[in-house]
Amino acid sequence: MIEARDAVRSFGQTPALRGATVAVAPGEILAIMGPSGSGKSTLLHCLAGILVPDSGEIHFDGRRLDTMDEAARSALRRDRFGFVFQFGQLVPELTAEENVALPLLLGGVRRDAALRQARPWFGRLGLDGLERRRSGELSGGQAQRVALARGLVTSPKVLFADEPTGSLDSLTGEQVMDQMVGAAREHGTTVVLVTHEARVAAYADRHVMVRDGKVAALTPERVLS
Amino acid sequence: MSVPLTLLGLLEREPSHGYDLKRDYDTYFGRGRPLPFGQVYATLGRLARDGKVVIGEVQPGVGPERKRYVITEAGATELDAWLTEPIEAEPHLQSVLFTKVVLALMLDRPAQDYLDIQRGAHLERMRQLTEIRRNGGLVDGLLADHGLFHLEADLRWIDTTAARLDALRAEVVRP
Repeated sequence: MIEARDAVRSFGQTPALRGATVAVAPGEILAIMGPSGSGKSTLLHCLAGILVPDSGEIHFDGRRLDTMDEAARSALRRDRFGFVFQFGQLVPELTAEENVALPLLLGGVRRDAALRQARPWFGRLGLDGLERRRSGELSGGQAQRVALARGLVTSPKVLFADEPTGSLDSLTGEQVMDQMVGAAREHGTTVVLVTHEARVAAYADRHVMVRDGKVAALTPERVLS
Repeated sequence: MSVPLTLLGLLEREPSHGYDLKRDYDTYFGRGRPLPFGQVYATLGRLARDGKVVIGEVQPGVGPERKRYVITEAGATELDAWLTEPIEAEPHLQSVLFTKVVLALMLDRPAQDYLDIQRGAHLERMRQLTEIRRNGGLVDGLLADHGLFHLEADLRWIDTTAARLDALRAEVVRP
């Protein structure tokens, strides 16, 4: 489904990835773990086409991501990928439902159609009644679930989640993870999850560790049912 | 798990037959390791001998007589003391894993790899427990949580140790 082959990426003189190789199977939930500064977020950004590696290859669905131009990668990110980050990064001027609909609006879907598509996510993620609130009127857990809905609203092939519970207390974080994994399983979405928390990583099917810019397997591949 | 004290706790709730005690023990505390009937009756016999339970009325009927066990004042006092006393906070200062890491460093073996193997084993168990927590009831979920928190603590120790391997090597390896 998605794969990095020998990816190398530096920021100035500082190497972040030094030949990272990892492959994620369709429908698999992969946790990328590692200490701060190990390169795990850089690996996620390369897999998602946000960054281009200095050398090495990124493949998605049989296509080379690293050789595409920015416009093609941007379209791919918008249409096929979803994103959830540590801080929901909701647009404060928009309502919750407009935030969820945003990837659709950016993709050219008409406003009423986009909102219609966004609304069912509020029921699915236990957010009923919060559609018209702005992000400042939501709790941390609610805002993160709105961000999760935004990440899933386009029915992406791959959901990239970078420390998705990092700003939440452990119980709220577990609710967000339960819903993320539940939704991913239901829709067959592949998930690439970056986390330093073992309890969050435990939701994944498989675990790898990034250390000094390289990837080490921690748990074996599982046959997904 | 202390079987005698757990049975005393179940009897403190209400006088019960051995069969009921076994059923409730297996439901709440057995976790796939049911208590053999022989152990139930042997334990109740010892508790009766020590004056912590007495046998109430015997119900005659087909098959063996059904004895109803009742907790005594002495039994209730012992149960209360056990419930009130904290469990020893085991520091695990000489864990097997610690020993393996130090020996690996002394023998110039790949300690980091050993820690990764342990990380993988811990994460796999945490994954199984997370499945149980997500799909089971509250009792199973809370028991899974107990396991998850302990495994998480181990993993944090593994992370800290992995980050300090060079310093530890300098301390335990003879120049």
